[in-house]
Amino acid sequence: MTSQTALSAPGAERPSLRRRLAAAGWDRTTLLVLPAAAFVVLLFIYPFAYGLVLSFQPMAGGVFANYAKFFSDPYLYDTIGTTMWLGLPATLVNMALALPIAFRVRHFRWQRILTTILVIPITLGTVLVAEGLLTYLGPQGWLNRTLIELGVIGSPVRLIHNYWGVFLSLVITGFPFVFLLTLSYVTGIDPALPQAAATLGAGPASRFRHIFLPLLVPGLAVAFCLAFVQAFSVFPSAVLLGAPAGPTRVISIAAYQAAFEQYDHSMASAIAMIMGAVQLVVVVAVLGARTLFYRGPMGSGKG
Amino acid sequence: MAKADHTFGEIRLDRVSRGFDGVMALQDLDLTIRRGEFIALLGPSGCGKSTALNCLAGLLPLTGGSIWLDDRRIDELPPERRGFGMVFQNYALFPHMTVRRNIGFGLAMRGVPRHEADPRIDDAIRMVQLEAHVDKLPGQLSGGQQQRVAIARAIVVQPPLVLMDEPLSNLDARLRLDMRHEIRRIHNELGRSTVYVTHDQDEALSLADRIVVLRDGRVRQIGTPEELYARPAVLDVARFMGYRNVFEGRVEDGNADRAIVVRDGIRLTGTPRGALASGRASVAIRPEELIPGEDGPGAIPGVVESVEFIGREYAATALTRDGLLLHFRSHQRLSLDEPVHLRAAPERVLLFAAEESA
Repeated sequence: MTSQTALSAPGAERPSLRRRLAAAGWDRTTLLVLPAAAFVVLLFIYPFAYGLVLSFQPMAGGVFANYAKFFSDPYLYDTIGTTMWLGLPATLVNMALALPIAFRVRHFRWQRILTTILVIPITLGTVLVAEGLLTYLGPQGWLNRTLIELGVIGSPVRLIHNYWGVFLSLVITGFPFVFLLTLSYVTGIDPALPQAAATLGAGPASRFRHIFLPLLVPGLAVAFCLAFVQAFSVFPSAVLLGAPAGPTRVISIAAYQAAFEQYDHSMASAIAMIMGAVQLVVVVAVLGARTLFYRGPMGSGKG
Repeated sequence: MAKADHTFGEIRLDRVSRGFDGVMALQDLDLTIRRGEFIALLGPSGCGKSTALNCLAGLLPLTGGSIWLDDRRIDELPPERRGFGMVFQNYALFPHMTVRRNIGFGLAMRGVPRHEADPRIDDAIRMVQLEAHVDKLPGQLSGGQQQRVAIARAIVVQPPLVLMDEPLSNLDARLRLDMRHEIRRIHNELGRSTVYVTHDQDEALSLADRIVVLRDGRVRQIGTPEELYARPAVLDVARFMGYRNVFEGRVEDGNADRAIVVRDGIRLTGTPRGALASGRASVAIRPEELIPGEDGPGAIPGVVESVEFIGREYAATALTRDGLLLHFRSHQRLSLDEPVHLRAAPERVLLFAAEESA
């Protein structure tokens, strides 16, 4: 009895701090997260907090004067609808295009070449794409001239300096992003699953509905959110290809004008906050709906 | 109740071939699967056995030959219209569906009404003893349970033919034995045909009514387990059937029933399998059939090189004078470097025409 207590005595001692930290998941490797954390604090959290505080310090009026002004002036609050009307359809069109192409490309022998080609628009950046489209889609551009040569149309179709110019540029710059994400989700599904469904009597449509779609929805929701947030913050193409005073006066233009034409940084911050809130509402709604679906591994068995 | 809506006599594979980029993975497979028969496709990896199974299921198009269900040609039908059940190597359970929905999937796809499907699903769940797990997702099950779900899912639609692709390879040794009995029991209970792919000759021997041994995409032998075990047609099959001692010798004298093979200090009487034209023969003896005995004509002298206790007896190896390592069995513990004289009955010493030496 006495010897037992003597033996267990060292164990009863408090373990060292290092051990306790390690047990809680903190060891020296965890320190590697610090640079990234510092990065996020400096480049995201601090500017965000600064902007938030600034938005409550209007040039005139009470604390909420900027927000009150935004939601009482249709010239300002209409930008939310305008941006939605561009961002949502462009994102949905991209997803609708990406999904079937990803299915087709999944077993494609030159998949890497194709994905490389599709990635190029990302590397070009929105300004270059907008500049290119300006001449390509313009009244004297290749597209209109070809269509006229072929007799499809009689006079040039107006595709720039209006809604369609911005819409097309959002589709072109957003598609590779959505496509690459979708492709990785589609190829992540164990090919034995649709095969198993086929041996159980499921035709192609049933396989898509009962196997692919339920497994893809969570990934597609994430792809949608990322693409939507990108499209919602459209600025260069809305200015270059659109009608920035009218149909494509998106919310980022309103923020830009407040900041650099009226020099009202507080108002601009308020608009940026509203923009972020709208994006957040959409993202939370989509990700919330995602929880209704299965979200486990996409393989089967022990993999 | 909904008993056998697919009654059939036999499934016939007629010179079924499949190539990949010019390499033949499976060549001229002729096989007739009778109703109620359990067929094992046996061979090392890359022998074409899984290719054959996928061709049967409709997951791989053929590059030659045809498949017939009685007098209906089925090799051009997609898998969903062949209606064969398949158990995949990794089970391929739908991860987003409960056990019950996984098992009921085939019935739902066939439009079987609920009041008819439910009792059939219950039967299948009872058959694989998963009553306690019906509402779990596959990810919450153990390997053995997942495997049983896969079997139940394949058989609940009462397919004329169940295809199994190494279904036991992911399980541990003990569970594998249990599941082996389960699979045979379910097969007997349903009275359907099963084609079972494996690389494990014990599994094939214990489960199958007939075994098809494949190598390099070609059939080496088709026969009952007893035939393959006792009378392998070619050296490959013998090696696969546990004839571990294989060595070459010169054919001294012989006819179709018995021949004498000579090799430095060894003079053995054996049974030829096929014509021994070349004058040289490969000798194949199973370790279990080589035991220490008296010195004298027909004995192989050697010294004990290693001894391992394997339960009922000892597995030992001996080195002959010309450096040949032979595996044999002994009832007594032997000491190392002890001289032994190994003997095997002439009908258990198989002689094959010498091919390329291994």
